[in-house]
Amino acid sequence: MDRRKYLKSFTVGAIGTGALLQSCAPGEKTSQVAPLNHDRTPEEKAHYEKLMSEKFFTEHEMKTITVLSDYIIPKDETSGSASEAGVPDFIEFIVKDMPHHQVPMRGGLKWLDLRCNKEFGKPFVEGSGEQQTAMLDQIAYPDQAKPGVEQGVAFFNLMRDLTACGFFSSKMGIKDLGYMGNTPNQWDGVPDEVLKQYGLSYDQRTLDISVKFDS
Amino acid sequence: MADFQIKKNPKKYDVCIIGSGAGGGMAAYMMAQAGIKTVLLEAGPMYDPKKNVTQMKWPWESPRRGASTAHRNFGDFDAAYGGWSLEGEPYTHKDGTKFDWFRSRMLGGRTNHWGRISLRFGPKDFKRKSIDGMGDDWPIGYEDVAPYYDRVDKLIGVFGSKENLPNDPDSIFLPPPKPRLHELIIKDAATSIGIPVIPSRLSILTKALPDNKDRGACFYCAQCNRGCQVYGDFSSSSVLVNPAINSTHVDVIANAMVREVLTNDEGLATGVSYVDKTDMQEYTVQARVVILAASACESARLLMNSKSARHPNGISNSSNIVGKYLHDSTGAAMGGILPKLIGRKRYNEDGVGGMHVYTPWWLDNKNLDFKRGYHIEYWGGMGMPGYGFGFGMQGLNGKYPGRDGKMKPAGGYGALLKDDYRYFYGATFGMSGRGEAIAREDNYCEIDPKVVDKFGIPVLRFHYKWSEEEVKQARHMKQTFAEIIDKMGGVVTWGNDGAEKDYGLEAPGRIIHEVGTTRMGDDPKRSVVNRYNQAHECKNLFVVDGGPFVSQADKNPTWTILALSMRASEYIIEEMKKQNI
Repeated sequence: MDRRKYLKSFTVGAIGTGALLQSCAPGEKTSQVAPLNHDRTPEEKAHYEKLMSEKFFTEHEMKTITVLSDYIIPKDETSGSASEAGVPDFIEFIVKDMPHHQVPMRGGLKWLDLRCNKEFGKPFVEGSGEQQTAMLDQIAYPDQAKPGVEQGVAFFNLMRDLTACGFFSSKMGIKDLGYMGNTPNQWDGVPDEVLKQYGLSYDQRTLDISVKFDS
Repeated sequence: MADFQIKKNPKKYDVCIIGSGAGGGMAAYMMAQAGIKTVLLEAGPMYDPKKNVTQMKWPWESPRRGASTAHRNFGDFDAAYGGWSLEGEPYTHKDGTKFDWFRSRMLGGRTNHWGRISLRFGPKDFKRKSIDGMGDDWPIGYEDVAPYYDRVDKLIGVFGSKENLPNDPDSIFLPPPKPRLHELIIKDAATSIGIPVIPSRLSILTKALPDNKDRGACFYCAQCNRGCQVYGDFSSSSVLVNPAINSTHVDVIANAMVREVLTNDEGLATGVSYVDKTDMQEYTVQARVVILAASACESARLLMNSKSARHPNGISNSSNIVGKYLHDSTGAAMGGILPKLIGRKRYNEDGVGGMHVYTPWWLDNKNLDFKRGYHIEYWGGMGMPGYGFGFGMQGLNGKYPGRDGKMKPAGGYGALLKDDYRYFYGATFGMSGRGEAIAREDNYCEIDPKVVDKFGIPVLRFHYKWSEEEVKQARHMKQTFAEIIDKMGGVVTWGNDGAEKDYGLEAPGRIIHEVGTTRMGDDPKRSVVNRYNQAHECKNLFVVDGGPFVSQADKNPTWTILALSMRASEYIIEEMKKQNI
């Protein structure tokens, strides 16, 4: 088989298998927990189902996380917002999966509400847009933060990390980022225009010895 | 316990192999080729990357976006089950020392997680004591192993380039892939200050092997660590054990946790006893020859736990050498950002599952304040995002002008922050050294007299300390990395560790190259197995994992485990024919 056909056959095969695994026969009952579409040991399956049966954040906490995540990653001309990409659900899962995030997240949310209560008499989500951004401006810029809000800065750093990684590892986020891999291909070196941009080139020996593609 | 009984497997085998990683997989393959009736015991489940698929999955298909878990320490999509700790299977430490033990109980063992870096040891690597007076020489030399390296190259496949270096012998290579952008920049920088950068040597099929219809060529997804559905890279399950099973000469018993090697009144091995993890019942299996390939530490544990009147201190351990001379590669790393790559053009630069270039050891220790060398591995570029992507942006986006050319305060939120993740994507890189430690008698594993695992098997207790040699080597690594990064025009963002942190030298065990616990030698008082991996004190028992290594080179051990296992297997087949065993 020539190489191009070989690659093509693999692509089709891979997509075909994935689609089969994801779809259910008509009338078949779907389990409550979405099944995972990659290799799982029995222990991993049990762990996943256990986590999915638990709820960590309260409704109020989830609401706060949703508002905060959309402040961090808002919708713009390229892609949607963090909540549109499912970031709050990711954060709910990840704190159950990584219990070391639980106290910093829960305590951080509480810290934020208490601080807001002190400054404008309401929890964060009930403040006006101006009140909310005024609050965030105090804790979102570590080098400019005033003494007394260090705990808020630490919480917001964590919130920023979880939001950004949740967003950019989502389908929407990866498209936004422009990651172009995870697909069968032939690596034949850095594109010429990129080499040119950086003033680089492959030396003759590298060209001579490197793998060549017939199609 | 009224119904406690040990079930005897009625089938008698010629050969019983414990462990299905590189060493055990090769032994099974060789026995299958010779038509020898063999049983392969694996402590974990069956595994086949074609069926147990994590390759080509997107991060969002994992609810944790690929983050590591207690069940898969190298990430949710990694092929290798297990990791630094296994539930119900502890190990302990002595005198407050540290050793981390990575275990992957599954078909193929730890070949399911490795960088596919496939380096031959060089002539000097077998004779280090003669060169620097430390440790011991191997009883064999490069010339003894070279024909087997050749055969492993052809059987399994490895890409690379002919360099004619004195202590980094060339393999029979498939063509290497071209360097990625950051690799070109690293190569230019390093070579300009006298540090060689050459194509890496990985067991990945850049071309399909001519005589192998079962394996396809690499399609450049960069995910070898997830296991390859077309068997385009080497892992023991897909490349060695599968063909062995298909030969019908080899039976595999999965989930078989071996307790001890059984011996008779003459002290010869008669088989092994094991617990079946699926029913927790006790079994024995009989064989003419027993081959241990359970990993350096696990095989040592088995020998020490196999006590009898003839072997009161465990098998082949009257010298008390089993478990001693444990040594792992040294490791230290540094990384940074390359400002000129900020805002870079997008294209698919996945490439193979690992680096396309590396630096072999290039200096002479005579002119240095430490013994033994290291090689350097490089990484970076536009990889697939997953858990951890973008973490710590507040440490980056305040240091460089943004797309508009203006500086702004670190951290932040909103549209500007969102754009920073795009802007800095693909501009980071890292490098790590993997060096040779000196094998020492006082770095060892032994049986903990007080602790058993959930199967009732006494566990290992580790005692391991780095010496000044390894610490100074790590210092040299860091100095070298800083020089290369400076020359690249890069900025170090992590790994700038000083003396207070032993220059970032990783804890022993972390590099997962531990070897030496059943070392080979001609003198039974100073070694456990002979030059053919045969136990000095039990002639029908062999060890074919990393245990028999006298010294670990500045290379990864897998290619040498494979070559030595092939060599030992041929010896076993010959000795069986001659009725010597």
